[in-house]
Amino acid sequence: MKARAFDYRRVASVAEALDAYAACEGEARFLAGGQSLLPALNLRLDAPDLLIDIGRIESLRGIVLEGDRLRIGALTRHAETLTSPLIAEHAPLLTQAAAYMAHPAIRNLGTMGGSLALSDPASELPACMRALGAELEITGRDGTRTIAADDFFLDLFENVIEPGEMLTAVRVPLPVPGTRMRFDEIARRRGDYALVGLAAHLVLTGPTVESARLAFCSVGPTPMRAPAAEAALAGRSLDAAAIAEAKAALADDLAPDEDEGFSAAARMHLARVLLGRVLSALTGQEYGEMAA
Amino acid sequence: MIEPQPVTVTVNGARVRRFVEPRVSLADFLRRDLGLTGTHLGCEVGACGACIVNLDGQPVHACLMLAVQADGMRIDTIEGLSDSGELAELQAAFHARNALQCGFCTPGILVVARDFIRDCRASGRRPTRAVIRDALSGNYCRCTGYEAIVDAIESVAGAAPMREDAA
Repeated sequence: MKARAFDYRRVASVAEALDAYAACEGEARFLAGGQSLLPALNLRLDAPDLLIDIGRIESLRGIVLEGDRLRIGALTRHAETLTSPLIAEHAPLLTQAAAYMAHPAIRNLGTMGGSLALSDPASELPACMRALGAELEITGRDGTRTIAADDFFLDLFENVIEPGEMLTAVRVPLPVPGTRMRFDEIARRRGDYALVGLAAHLVLTGPTVESARLAFCSVGPTPMRAPAAEAALAGRSLDAAAIAEAKAALADDLAPDEDEGFSAAARMHLARVLLGRVLSALTGQEYGEMAA
Repeated sequence: MIEPQPVTVTVNGARVRRFVEPRVSLADFLRRDLGLTGTHLGCEVGACGACIVNLDGQPVHACLMLAVQADGMRIDTIEGLSDSGELAELQAAFHARNALQCGFCTPGILVVARDFIRDCRASGRRPTRAVIRDALSGNYCRCTGYEAIVDAIESVAGAAPMREDAA
């Protein structure tokens, strides 16, 4: 199908984009990589009056170290996330997750900010942001605010960005010694939406888990933290017994819905299998070493 | 009233300037405005891969980009990549192994395969069949069952270096 007619304006700065949004009398959308927006337009699931093309705003690009954070610009393409040496060094969870994100041709245009602003719970990046304890930077005409990833996602495709605001960057805390992270997912085919995905971030002292952050995709309306499973790991040695308890505890964390072709019980089973797989892989990492 | 907007792109090496309605996808622009119908349009949602072209040297779905977005960029379609000879080795391998039947998916698959083989050669790795299948995961073929396509790409990936892109 073809998109309904809309007007188009390319802007050179965030301020210009926000002004254009405010001046639009109908519905406006920010166009970044367009890899989710254009399908929605072509299917006529969305039919805005104006697209504001933010794809060439220089200030939205770049991956830089800022103190104890890695700042990743909203226009960072998934292909850059996959290959960035800074991301591989400081947030290898994202490097791993990027390999699962759609297909290479989509990764060449799709952006970090676009994926997070869409807040599809089946996407990899939202879960990664929660697991990493990242902060998201949101800019409006009144200034910039920062919000923790745990507070950003509200519901299915809903988040705290207000109309007229734009997600401009994310900031990921640099890993402390003893950090281990891993992303994995189970999908019917490579590049398909995950049946279940898991972003795991652990901090260990010696063999002991100091803290665990587990965030699942595709098992709820938002990327889902698993507090009971995390608590089952905290203070324990990362061994088979602790992993078994974490898997059992998942029943208190997740309640996936039925959908066509997949029962809630089957999805829950896959979530447990995936948790076991990811934690076992993390057990194998040397202390202090991060997943490559 | 929504006005057509000026778009200047370099398509297969030639500079082209047209006025285009904002809602026109790059795929429709190539096919209808420029008559480059080798770029095929299947699903229009980025699932089937038939419309993949090179944008500034990188494969992208022409159905998931607006023509106005591509202003100032370089686009190489199956026509340009064929005429330049860059695809000759792959095309010969597809022909030899019967890696196409109806041919609808072939332009997109060739663009993706060329990029894949270039990456393989740059990194010095010889891909396994599983890796080749992974690289093709965004391209639907409803005729061949993929075996012959994987065969063809495997034979080229294992052969001498392909001619490099001039740009």
